[in-house]
Amino acid sequence: MYDFAYQKPASVADAVKLLSEDPEAKALAGGQTFIPVLKQRLAKPSTIVDLGKLDLRGITIGADTVTIGAMTTHAAVASSKELKAKIPGLQELASWIGDEAVRHRGTMGGSLANNDPAACYPSAALAMDATIKTDRREIKADDFFQGMFTTALEPGEIITSVTFKVPQKSAYEKFRNPASRYAIVGVFVAQHANGVRLAITGAGQGGVFRHTAFEQALSANFSPDAIAGIATPPDDLNGDIHASAEYRAHLINVVARRAVAKAR
Amino acid sequence: MGFEGIGASVRRKEDARFLSGRGHYTDDINRPGQLYAFIKRSDRPHARIASLQTAQAAAAPGVVAVFTGADMAADNVGGLPCGWQIHSKDGSPMAEPPHPVLAIGKVRHVGDPVAVVIAESRQAAKDAAELLEIEYDDLPAVATTLDALEPGAPTVHDEVAGNVCYDWHIGDKAMVDAAFARAAKVVKLELTNNRLVPNAMEPRAALGDFDTSSGDFTLYTTSQNPHVIRLLMGAFVLHIPENKLRVVAPDVGGGFGSKIYHYAEEAIVTWAAGKLRRPVKWTAERNESFMSDAHGRDHVSTAEMALDADGTFLALRVATIANMGAYLSTFAPCVPTYLYATLLAGVYKTPAIYAEVKAVFTNTVPVDAYRGAGRPEATYLLERLVDVIAHDTGMDRVEIRRKNFIPADAFPYQTPVALQYDSGNHEMTLKAALEAADFAGFEARRSAARAKGKLRGIGISTYLEACGIAPSAVVGSLGARAGLYEVANVKVHPTGSITVYTGTHSHGQGHETTFAQLISDQMGVPIDQIEVVHGDTSKIPFGMGTYGSRSLAVGGSAMVKAMDKIIAKGKKIAAHLMEAAVEDIEFDKGTFKVAGTDKSKTLTDISLAAYVPHNYPIEELEPGLDETAFYDPKNFTFPGGCHVCELEIDQETGVVELVNFVAVDDVGRVINPMIVEGQVQGGVAQGVGQALLESAIYDSNGQLLSGSFMDYTMPRANDLVNISVGTEITLCTHNPLGVKGCGEVGAIGSPPAVINAVVDALKEYGIRHLDMPATGAKLWQILQANRPKMAAE
Repeated sequence: MYDFAYQKPASVADAVKLLSEDPEAKALAGGQTFIPVLKQRLAKPSTIVDLGKLDLRGITIGADTVTIGAMTTHAAVASSKELKAKIPGLQELASWIGDEAVRHRGTMGGSLANNDPAACYPSAALAMDATIKTDRREIKADDFFQGMFTTALEPGEIITSVTFKVPQKSAYEKFRNPASRYAIVGVFVAQHANGVRLAITGAGQGGVFRHTAFEQALSANFSPDAIAGIATPPDDLNGDIHASAEYRAHLINVVARRAVAKAR
Repeated sequence: MGFEGIGASVRRKEDARFLSGRGHYTDDINRPGQLYAFIKRSDRPHARIASLQTAQAAAAPGVVAVFTGADMAADNVGGLPCGWQIHSKDGSPMAEPPHPVLAIGKVRHVGDPVAVVIAESRQAAKDAAELLEIEYDDLPAVATTLDALEPGAPTVHDEVAGNVCYDWHIGDKAMVDAAFARAAKVVKLELTNNRLVPNAMEPRAALGDFDTSSGDFTLYTTSQNPHVIRLLMGAFVLHIPENKLRVVAPDVGGGFGSKIYHYAEEAIVTWAAGKLRRPVKWTAERNESFMSDAHGRDHVSTAEMALDADGTFLALRVATIANMGAYLSTFAPCVPTYLYATLLAGVYKTPAIYAEVKAVFTNTVPVDAYRGAGRPEATYLLERLVDVIAHDTGMDRVEIRRKNFIPADAFPYQTPVALQYDSGNHEMTLKAALEAADFAGFEARRSAARAKGKLRGIGISTYLEACGIAPSAVVGSLGARAGLYEVANVKVHPTGSITVYTGTHSHGQGHETTFAQLISDQMGVPIDQIEVVHGDTSKIPFGMGTYGSRSLAVGGSAMVKAMDKIIAKGKKIAAHLMEAAVEDIEFDKGTFKVAGTDKSKTLTDISLAAYVPHNYPIEELEPGLDETAFYDPKNFTFPGGCHVCELEIDQETGVVELVNFVAVDDVGRVINPMIVEGQVQGGVAQGVGQALLESAIYDSNGQLLSGSFMDYTMPRANDLVNISVGTEITLCTHNPLGVKGCGEVGAIGSPPAVINAVVDALKEYGIRHLDMPATGAKLWQILQANRPKMAAE
């Protein structure tokens, strides 16, 4: 990696200041994407602002919402018994990210801010109508994800927590890339009192997206059969050496049905 | 202490240091004043180097030197040599274009080394490498095996028209043509053997050192054969005599063939250490491994079998195109010829075989031996062809194999493609494997799987391979530029402990344990008093290293010969000490006895007398108990067996899940059953990887698309299933231990078993063949394109 300055501020305000003052500065959360990028010399930040000292960890279970601190690791999410009882889909999703080492470093805020088109968490945020709280405002998940590796975050803006609406039932199902184990198709389905939200990650050229045709059908009848006949056009889907857009389109239906079948 | 001789599943002596992080690998070695090399590699598949400016890089902080191909040429550094010469059908020698250590004039594959930056730190070297100013004139590239032969294809080497390295053949063409003319049926199959990246756990590394007082060079390197590297690099590349060059291969974390070859980086660090009078270290990053370790396989073949009316094989005709990559790696030419086409008889008594092999250059990483080397390609072709014959004729796939097996009483068996098999019993391994896999009960399991939406299949492969390489005179006549004997030096120390110095090299095989057991069994010394030393040319006698499952069959045989000499000498000493005739001395498990008496001496009594020769037949016998033996094998060894794979395909996604894998192998006498089991399981894991997951994919322009673990699918534990390993033994008849070798059988026998199972699972879809790897995406496409011939229940 290239040489850089390193800062580890003790407050969110200090972190924001460091990042805002220097457009070449970059925030480091868990580093599970960022550090490999640095090692491959694909980024050349002037300063790395390590968010590790900020008090942004923890899972708060409310009656209708769950709030998770941005620096909470995937391992903490995966091992929370309270969360598992409240939103089993979210706990399960976290337990399948990367491997044990990745899960102990990677964070929810880091994943959402990066918005990798094959990351898992964005689908949960969309499907559970999450509110992403930053140092300066609240952003609805529907407004947050703005295309591959692109979000509504302004330069220097830091995610502090994420609040999910607790669904009646939820599930995450992932068809893994056989090599990287990222999602080729990941489906998060959440049945809320006012309808079903279902988000797809891994497949879309523009990153995570809600599947409105599935949502409508499942809101009327929450069963795998309800969506069995709904095809997804491959036009806006990714194709690569692992899966063509047509295969992804097909898998969206298979994986969504499997998610619905196991939702609880 | 329990039994720890031949046949005991002794825990591996070396594992304590490996598992506790105390292994000592090349990159763990640091020398005072050490510098670090960063190799600037081509990102172009094929280009002319229009200009290469090094001044800025050389002036960067911490940089000590920047060298290019021109600098090495000016210093008379030779190109990387090829260790095997093949002659084409017409008698002409293969095309052997130059293989410069650093590119001269042109780059020919992504990863081709262009320049080396040497600095006080890795970071400084890497920073400075970005300041190299390289201008390329891109040239059209050719990446795939078939494209290389297209009329008008870009030429990788100007002097090799049509990209053909050689056009070779073996067998009796007229006899085969005649058999085809009278055949009742001919079955033809076209298939590819997918290109693989070896991916040893430890990336390659090399550290060159130069002793300014003695003028001696030392190269520490990740090698399977340090003496071969010393010979090739010393004699052909750097012109350093053997007495001034030491090569050390310390602990090595996996090789699978990829660490046999002499690589550019070894020559670069050794040469640079001499130029700069300081040690120079290079350690590959994983992405460099993908683009610089020799790849494996990459064949495109057509196979045809002529059959009589009852399914007896009459003749086999094979045409193969093999990809050599951009340059000839050390042993590349022999892999698709003498390690491949000579195996095309397999376990069958096919009376006539003719094979043609064309080797081609492409703008890709060089291709060379990878676990099995040629034999997996032959086995895959043959065992797929046999299943396709069963498919096309309606004959039972087990019965057609049985009908054509070389019967157990026909050994020694002369094949029509040069090899003479000494022993084997293929009915025995087949029977044991089918029973262990409950082959007979399969159809019930298929039906049960169908009920839950899974397509279940079972596949078998009955295979044979040739290893224990190799008789030197034979391989010499076939083009090898080296001998392939092995050597052992057994030192019995004064108090009876033993050090054995072997020319073989262990990089995961467990030699320190297996060889200690072998010595222990013969000499009666516990294994914790036996040290096995390998990997350092300053310690071990000139041996050829480890590959081709040769270490026990050839290296172990050398140990037996050396121990025979120790015992013969010990008997003379014992006869003297016990005042008996030498002919009356018997040796058994560490004790010398006078036959028919209770008089005896221990090995320690004898060794002590040998080194403290106060009461000693000094007139007739030299002191000491230290013997060296060289062993040149009389023949290859021929392990074989039967692998059975059972799997399920998810009908909705196409994804394959293994449900059972049984391997029953005849590897000859087994020294350590636990190590054999591990070797077979590891080989099967690699074979399953090739069959289902792995593929080195180049785009048509020569860019490696699967250039990292993000895109190259290595098998993981959860892609596998418990691999049940059984052995059924026939002894090798020509080596003193009766051993055959077990390192490669897993990777050789398993890929066709897996694909045969996949095709069996797709039975209702009328699928005759599909190429590896059988990924979910590929199978889904097949399921989409084909409808079941009978409605699934």
